[in-house]
Amino acid sequence: MTTQDSRHSVRNAAVVPDELNEVECTVNGARARFSVPPHRTLMDALRYQLDLTGTKTCCAEGECGACTVLVDGVGVNSCLMLAAEADGSTITTVEGLGLDTPSGLSDLQESFLEAGAVQCGFCIPGQVVAAEYLLRGNPSPTVEEIREGMSGNLCRCAGYQRIVAAVQMTARKRSHHD
Amino acid sequence: MRYYRPTTTAEAVAALAGEAGTARVLVGGTDLLVALRHRTVEPSLLVDIKRVRDLRPPIDVESRAITFGPTVTMSAVAADPTVREWFPSLAEAALVVGSVAIRNRASLIANSANGSPAADTAPPLVALDASVTIASTSGERTVRLRDFFLGSRRTLCGPGEMVTSLRVPRPADGSSSCFLRMTRRRGVDLATVSVAAVVERDGRATAGLGAVGPVTLLGGPTGPVALWSEAEVENMVDELLSPATPIEDVRAGQTYRAAMLRVLARRAVLCAAGRRDAREPIRLTQEGDS
Repeated sequence: MTTQDSRHSVRNAAVVPDELNEVECTVNGARARFSVPPHRTLMDALRYQLDLTGTKTCCAEGECGACTVLVDGVGVNSCLMLAAEADGSTITTVEGLGLDTPSGLSDLQESFLEAGAVQCGFCIPGQVVAAEYLLRGNPSPTVEEIREGMSGNLCRCAGYQRIVAAVQMTARKRSHHD
Repeated sequence: MRYYRPTTTAEAVAALAGEAGTARVLVGGTDLLVALRHRTVEPSLLVDIKRVRDLRPPIDVESRAITFGPTVTMSAVAADPTVREWFPSLAEAALVVGSVAIRNRASLIANSANGSPAADTAPPLVALDASVTIASTSGERTVRLRDFFLGSRRTLCGPGEMVTSLRVPRPADGSSSCFLRMTRRRGVDLATVSVAAVVERDGRATAGLGAVGPVTLLGGPTGPVALWSEAEVENMVDELLSPATPIEDVRAGQTYRAAMLRVLARRAVLCAAGRRDAREPIRLTQEGDS
């Protein structure tokens, strides 16, 4: 085999396309169907294939929580999950939380605004989804429980006090409605 | 890289055998996806076993043991009432892994059996004398976790094999356990040092030691000790820590790590001792309490 040939074969090997996986799931109440290469994360599929850019890419390795979504009602880091694994699941992103309200914002999102919990805003979609997950499992959390439940969501503006206040405010609103 | 989702254990182990050494089992993915992103592992095939129908159920409580299946998550382990009653140290270790979102995905078996010397759930499981069942195309074998670790990230689970269950025997009446970990910051950090202690009714103790050797280490079992005697407890701690060979790394220097190991070991022994015959539900230790 000549040098030319071996270079040619290497080039050919590199362009073999990834085998695609079909994914069918429910995203924010609507059916979604798309194909993904095996290495694609759920985070990237949501952002770049379904245009749901509320889910943020930040550390992309499970440290920061900016990509938090609900998969079958469970809060997960969408950067640590392959899109292929989401086949058959029900996903809620930050865009799906306020679908039933006239303003398009959930009570929790309104509380974030009222409490002044949003500074640069980049971490907020993940914070909101993590808080929604926390409140569904624990409708009246203590401050300690809020801090623990949201310890995987980092805010580099360090606006934690008001984020905690927004979660407490939502818990109070929801308990009055019940 | 290809993604494959088998529906039976036979299909899963056949796929692993077909690409032995380059296929990887995918469960929670909380470690594996980080490794894929950094290209520290470059598998040819991912075998996602979460929809394998004939796996052991996540948590199977029997009269003499709890058997965990490969899909059990840290969140499920930490929330299970029998786990909290029988193995408080294991519930405590599961509760400090990563964050809520990570614990909702991370697999107990993958964490404890991946061979990382800093894995949080390995010290309690070694101390509690857990055993793992390893499956391949040539059948199953069961080994004690104490014998399972060969070196950092090297275990008895070889190419073409996967761990299909983890069995933890019910502790003897009158015994209890406690897990303590030290990290540089609270949450989403790896252990600088971790210790799980099991103390029997008569004062005998066993310890699992994390991040102070190339593998999770077993300390003891010691002889019966009068736990009210400070001198006897110090001697017991010496004995429990004799296998430890702490080194310096990014998380701590050698001297500091050795000193903190001693503090944690003493506290874990006394905490486990205090929980024996607890008449009220055991209050699990959270990081930062100590």
